[in-house]
Amino acid sequence: MTTVEVRYFASLADRAGRASEALEIGDDARVEDLWTLVLERHPGLGGLRRRPLVACDLEYATWDRRLAGVREVAFLPPVSGG
Amino acid sequence: MVRLQAEPIRVEALLDAVRGDADGAVALFVGTVRDHNDGHRVVELEYHAYETMAAAELGRIVDEAVRRFGVSRIAVVHRVGRLAIGEASVAVAAASAHRSAAFDACRHVVEALKRTAPIWKKETFEGGAVWIEGPDRVPTGNGD
Repeated sequence: MTTVEVRYFASLADRAGRASEALEIGDDARVEDLWTLVLERHPGLGGLRRRPLVACDLEYATWDRRLAGVREVAFLPPVSGG
Repeated sequence: MVRLQAEPIRVEALLDAVRGDADGAVALFVGTVRDHNDGHRVVELEYHAYETMAAAELGRIVDEAVRRFGVSRIAVVHRVGRLAIGEASVAVAAASAHRSAAFDACRHVVEALKRTAPIWKKETFEGGAVWIEGPDRVPTGNGD
């Protein structure tokens, strides 16, 4: 098992009731496995109209990205800066 | 120069950061908070950022634009926190030997940051508050 820092932003933080947390995942886990764990812990994140964007260690990543060696995973709604 | 800041944007700081003796042009874009959005009267905007990633992403956008357009330097400053109508939320400056590349690079950086920088607006309008998430208006979850 390994620990990753998970971060939520904007409406996802509202739905999760928190901005971040540390979660234990299996050594061969991928982003999609982490999301399954997140949904179990925070049912309020279920039923989103579109899957969030994902970032691993400050870069956008795909849902099949392996998390070995990753310290921080963020789930992001569509952005609206500018 | 890439920065997220709570303080008001000083456009002169961006111009000073990019301009050099070999440059004949500086293009400057300033985005401001308008009083209406999607049929709603806007009261204020609150910008939230994933600050560490936003700084990294803006750096990647700037580096790519410098290479692609061959400009000398680019500066980007984006506000976080609460902004009133009329305040500058973002400024981009690009310096180049000639104006065409400066305009193109400036525009490219603005479009790219709006597409990918992890920054969100919380819009307070007459009647409520929503997160702006891409094309969606999502009610805020904490009742404010």
